[in-house]
Amino acid sequence: MSEGHSTYTPKTGIERWFDARMPLPRMVYDSFIAYPVPRNLNYAWTFGGILAIMLVAQILTGIVLAMHYTADTNLAFNSVEKIMRDVNSGWLLRYLHSNGASFFFVAVYIHIFRGLYYGSYKAPRELLWILGCIIYLLMMATGFMGYVLPWGQMSFWGATVITGFFSAIPLVGDWIQQLLLGGFAVDNPTLNRFFALHYLLPFMIAGVVVLHVWALHVVGQSNPTGIEVKSKTDTVAFTPYATIKDAFGMIVFLFFFAYFVFYLPNFLGHPDNYTVANPLKTPAHIVPEWYFLPFYAILRAITFNIGPINSKLGGVLCMFGAIVMLFLVPWLDTSKVRSAVYRPWYKLFFWLFAADAVLLGWLGSQPAEGSFVFMAQMATLFYFAFFLVVLPVLGLIETPRRLPNSITEAVLEKNKGAGGGHPAGANAAPETKG
Amino acid sequence: MKKILTSLALLGLLAGGIGAVGSAAMAAEEAHNAAAPTHFPIDEPKEMDWSFAGPFGTYDKAQLQRGLKVYKEVCSACHSMNLVAFRTLEGLGYSEAQVKSFAAEYTIHDGPNDAGDMFDRPGKPSDHFPAPFANEEAAAASNGGAAPPDMSLLAKARGVERGFPRFVFDIFTQYAQGGPDYIHSLLTGYDQTPPAGMVIPEGTHYNPYFMSGVSLKMPKPLSDGQVTYDDGSPQTVDQYSRDVSAFLMWAAEPHLEDRKKTGFRVLVFLLLFGALVYLTKRKVWEGVAH
Repeated sequence: MSEGHSTYTPKTGIERWFDARMPLPRMVYDSFIAYPVPRNLNYAWTFGGILAIMLVAQILTGIVLAMHYTADTNLAFNSVEKIMRDVNSGWLLRYLHSNGASFFFVAVYIHIFRGLYYGSYKAPRELLWILGCIIYLLMMATGFMGYVLPWGQMSFWGATVITGFFSAIPLVGDWIQQLLLGGFAVDNPTLNRFFALHYLLPFMIAGVVVLHVWALHVVGQSNPTGIEVKSKTDTVAFTPYATIKDAFGMIVFLFFFAYFVFYLPNFLGHPDNYTVANPLKTPAHIVPEWYFLPFYAILRAITFNIGPINSKLGGVLCMFGAIVMLFLVPWLDTSKVRSAVYRPWYKLFFWLFAADAVLLGWLGSQPAEGSFVFMAQMATLFYFAFFLVVLPVLGLIETPRRLPNSITEAVLEKNKGAGGGHPAGANAAPETKG
Repeated sequence: MKKILTSLALLGLLAGGIGAVGSAAMAAEEAHNAAAPTHFPIDEPKEMDWSFAGPFGTYDKAQLQRGLKVYKEVCSACHSMNLVAFRTLEGLGYSEAQVKSFAAEYTIHDGPNDAGDMFDRPGKPSDHFPAPFANEEAAAASNGGAAPPDMSLLAKARGVERGFPRFVFDIFTQYAQGGPDYIHSLLTGYDQTPPAGMVIPEGTHYNPYFMSGVSLKMPKPLSDGQVTYDDGSPQTVDQYSRDVSAFLMWAAEPHLEDRKKTGFRVLVFLLLFGALVYLTKRKVWEGVAH
């Protein structure tokens, strides 16, 4: 999308006037109309667009909810109920927002796993991947703080447990915890700063999304074969090809989202959060939102001391380490081949890893007792082994399957006799990608 | 090297296998000790047929009116319902005038007036249900140390964990009645004899459906014939329990009907729009192998 590649020609006087002063129409044209995308992208590639509309939807519903919400420990719970009962369509806004957070995470997990499966993080897309990891971290912070705002039992106790992690850090831990809480325990200052940050972070996410998309448009999209675009026949124009496919993907996703919003709006929540926060009464089981459960399981799996590191600090280190792994993936994976399609062993381990993540999620929802602890320890071991052993070692010893010479060749092989030929939109693609 | 890889792959599978065996063993262990259970409730809530279940569910207004009567004559002696305003009772099928006279039966403590005094006045539709106790401490003091929970959200604030794999099936069956099922089971779960050897703390009442222990402080609240119905419905504990559970679901989720109706329209729209976009997509990609 850098200049010089542009195929935009302003047609009307107004367009020419704008183009000479601030070429915004040119940027939009180059990024969302003429932008060449690999012709073989499957529906797993529609989740970037889906995430974009989820972010916008969360910000829009969130801003309206904030107009009715009161961040005060005495009023917060009832102000949410006021939204649910008395505000026009308030129930819809609030269910859209609370389920929207969950579906935002559904989409981001599919997006991340797609990247892992097809090796989308490999050079030259390391920075693109890391920007994505930063977005994911910001999303986790936003989601966690948002869950505290209704000031239910799980809000309060979740906040207590999670901010408690920071006290495990040597020397500065207590200071960090008190800074987060605005005191010695979760209370009104905590709620107020969480609300302020919950409003701020989504805009920071939007900022990093701009960088993410920028980086994407510099290096171009990866694709299921993992082979770089080599010629014009490998790509099609973003519009209409990717736009219409993304649109269909979004509608299917919104269908599932709407199903939960309208028919199972509390399925992904916890009943305890409909009881107002009570600092004197601990719930039987404190469980975080589902999208944190794998990390929660890793945290609780460390029940033993390792040398000078006690189990609490060990758990916290492992939990944060589990996320750090994602940042390091571009360098942990030593394979020269990107896509799991051509890596039989990696494909197997990828699916085992996916199953392991689901298993960890389930363990996170169970009490940390009996055989669950041992299971969580094994699953945690496998989680780290995948990143620290499988990814580096496989790349060195695995024999990949034969790679096609180009995306076009791969596509034609797949569609033998199904009228391949020259893509109609290829002429619209700039000559730069090749 | 291949060996190491294979064993790593096995490690993943092993974790799952051990867990399955382990939890089965734990379940078997529990079953042996009926007198000292460690997981609650002892019995799972009974799944009832509710008019408001499913994609086209609606409230049975006659049932809600009966449930309101049970709440008013029995539950409200101890349980507040702070979040529910009288004006919303029009959702139960009452007219504006009926709501007005219903509200007027209550005495609301209001003030201060021009002279700075607090005063009592008859309730208005804009008032909420008054609480039976002046504050939570008073409620706790009169009820053996534990304040009876507010009932506004009870039907959404209770629910026994469904466990795997049931919670997966629940997505398809749209099971969202865990709250009313629990309340109904609890209310009809008194009068049972605890297993031999079970210790029931004094001042509490055995109920195998209670979520957080073998017994609860609340004594059996309902008995046959206690509330008079004028629509000919059976005046039994079971019927009272169903009606009040349905009423509490309404109190917790007054816009449920609206939600499901809107949802159906949204899904039909997305289905049709999705079909059109899919056909357009097919047309656009026609002749482009991908």
